[in-house]
Amino acid sequence: MFRRNLFRGGAHLPHLKTTADHPTVVMPPPNKVIIPLLQHMGVICEPTVQEGDFVQVGQIIGDSHKAMAAPVHSSVSGTVTNVDFQLWAGGIQVLTVEIETDGLQTPLKTLVPPTITNKAEFLAAVRVSGLVGLGGAGFPAHVKLSPPPGAKIDTLIINAAECEPYITSDYREILENSSNLLGGIQLLMRQLGLSRCIIGIEDNKPAAIAELKKVCGRAKGVSVMPLPTRYPQGAEKMLIWATTRRSVPTGKFPSDVNVIVMNVTSVSFLAEFAKTGMPLVKKKVTVAGPCVAHPQNVEVRIGTPLKDVFAFAGGFSSQPRKVIMGGPMMGVAQHSLETAVVKHTNALLAFGSEDGELPEASACIRCGRCSDACPMSLLPLELHRAALRNNLEDLSKYGTMACMECGCCSFVCPSKIHLVQAIRLGKTQLRIAAARTLARAEGAAK
Amino acid sequence: MSPTLLVTSSPHLRAQGSSQGIMLDVILALIPALGAATYFFGLTVLLPLTFAVLGALAGEYGMRVLVLGRDNRLADLSAIVTGLLLGMNLPPSIPLPLAFLGGAIATAFVKEVFGGLGMNFMNPAMGARVFLFLAWPSLMTSWGPTLDGVAGATPLAILKDGEAAGQALPDLFHLFIGDRAGSLGETSVLALLLGAGYLVLRKVIRLDVPLVYLATVGLITWTFGNKTALFAGNFPVHLLSGGLILAAFFMATDYATQPVSRVGKVIFAAGLGLVTAVIRLYTNYPEGVSFAVILLNCLVPLIDRYTVPKPFGAPKAAQRA
Ligand code: SF4
Ligand code: SF4
Repeated sequence: MFRRNLFRGGAHLPHLKTTADHPTVVMPPPNKVIIPLLQHMGVICEPTVQEGDFVQVGQIIGDSHKAMAAPVHSSVSGTVTNVDFQLWAGGIQVLTVEIETDGLQTPLKTLVPPTITNKAEFLAAVRVSGLVGLGGAGFPAHVKLSPPPGAKIDTLIINAAECEPYITSDYREILENSSNLLGGIQLLMRQLGLSRCIIGIEDNKPAAIAELKKVCGRAKGVSVMPLPTRYPQGAEKMLIWATTRRSVPTGKFPSDVNVIVMNVTSVSFLAEFAKTGMPLVKKKVTVAGPCVAHPQNVEVRIGTPLKDVFAFAGGFSSQPRKVIMGGPMMGVAQHSLETAVVKHTNALLAFGSEDGELPEASACIRCGRCSDACPMSLLPLELHRAALRNNLEDLSKYGTMACMECGCCSFVCPSKIHLVQAIRLGKTQLRIAAARTLARAEGAAK
Repeated sequence: MSPTLLVTSSPHLRAQGSSQGIMLDVILALIPALGAATYFFGLTVLLPLTFAVLGALAGEYGMRVLVLGRDNRLADLSAIVTGLLLGMNLPPSIPLPLAFLGGAIATAFVKEVFGGLGMNFMNPAMGARVFLFLAWPSLMTSWGPTLDGVAGATPLAILKDGEAAGQALPDLFHLFIGDRAGSLGETSVLALLLGAGYLVLRKVIRLDVPLVYLATVGLITWTFGNKTALFAGNFPVHLLSGGLILAAFFMATDYATQPVSRVGKVIFAAGLGLVTAVIRLYTNYPEGVSFAVILLNCLVPLIDRYTVPKPFGAPKAAQRA
């Protein structure tokens, strides 16, 4: 049943990659940057600076002793004006450092290219660089690159699928920075002792495929694999399946099937960092959507407020109703333009009320389109029903936790039912139930 | 002053199309069959159809809005689809009040009582048809002389007990074109297939259920259809007659009353074929389609229960390339 390299289900989305042919434009540092100390999946960093401190580009402003964390650096030179909790998308309060820029962009003098002679030094360097998964989730890279002792990693997979509509920042990175990309791949293969690397990319990007083949394709062990264009080709499990025919068991990690997946931009950043020692302080961001006057890719300082980024892209051509960080399928709607670009921001999209307002849901006609589209082979209609009834038994029976929130089911539903929203609710119900059981067990043990 | 932004859960992009659009496609797909019936039997055949549709609308409104006090959902067009499907399953000579009653029963008691669109476990048109059939058996099977030279008995009735009595079967060509006795929408296979083709192209239905259903009926009637020899049954007549084509493409594919998973759908379709063929070959009823559909509808929850798909990566999946 499988067409070669094609996972089950998924959806054909409009590409809308209007910014693909525009070279990236560098945006000057804004007057003020807003840098949250949690820009990764894991534990929040402790601030290492306080109000009034003078900081330079690349200086650490937050760090943690915990493993699941990546240090946060200042992206500008200037003065810390505020260290306090602020509201970020998702409704969470995060300790945030505000820095007023002095306009000089003085780099930290002590920054030197890292010495990398063995794997331990390499992983330490990756940690210092502040790198997190730039494809979306923000998983600390040094954790990802240190698989559990038992794992026998044999393949490095480079995720260049970029399957969400609008986003072209990885695409531009490939076209503009392919030699760095090759350098990063070779660095990773050498340090991790890998002999095989597969670059997975959707076949709707012929220019990038040609560039990859030209620059990386001839390197030893590296192959470029064009994949059918279908959302969510870039989802980690789908990509692993498409490139290696291995399926990651529910609740497990890529290292359980002996692969490591890295996003293209992350890899080329690593090469840049190895050359200069400058940590992750800037990011290529696709600024697009129907309300943006001049859609384009912009290289911005991390911490640049959204309103400044949009202003740089010519401002709004019409009043935005919804602003999304990330793609339209999995991106997060922002409550305000006062939030800022973080490490794993790959797009900022602005929609008017026509696309922004939620469609009204009607009754489920049980057409089965949602389950046909689900790449995880779930039954979204049953998950929806179970979640709305808080039916924990059904929620676990139908595998709610395996849902990766890709959005295919909501996208295809002809009744416009808010399936993913309900499934998230269902996951929360399951987590609460699990926490209760745990608390009860602990109470009983005392 | 920054704009007021709307925060919602992803995805922020939805496909075109609506449930209403799907219902409209089904209505459009029935038009060729209606046209054929009108052509062969005259405009009067549209009367029972109209009454069935009106009954379905009245039944839904009455039960949903007046009795249960819920919102009016007639605009989703599903009641019209139900009325049309029922109307096409009625003999042209049916008294009009019965057609109206059938429509009302379909939506009020088979659909709305169970929660409305998508919540009913039984195909409303089929449920109502069986009710009418059990309550007024003679009215539901008097097909009447309709065309010059076309016998009043349906081909299946002839096949069952008429051949011996000297009644001739219409040839396959006439079965396919549709000038023969039967209920409105049962007659022209050609017109029904045109409509079904449209639904497939529009991706409203998939071919798995109809094909498995037809194949099962064909196989069983071919194997056991002749009382004297195996593999000698007149299966083409079985496939082309009665409500089989209509049911396979328009009733068995009803979303609400078929299993959710792909595997479940195939089991469901094979079950339909089995029951239809057994009723046709071994019981007193010449036609088994409606009974098969409602029987299998009742088994759907059971099929669903045993065919929950395994999530991707859930089984001891092959971890090696
Ligand atoms: S796609 Fe929507 S209408 Fe169809 S079965 Fe799923 S939830 Fe129901
Ligand atoms: S249920 Fe989850 S994994 Fe499946 S389509 Fe919906 S969002 Fe994607």
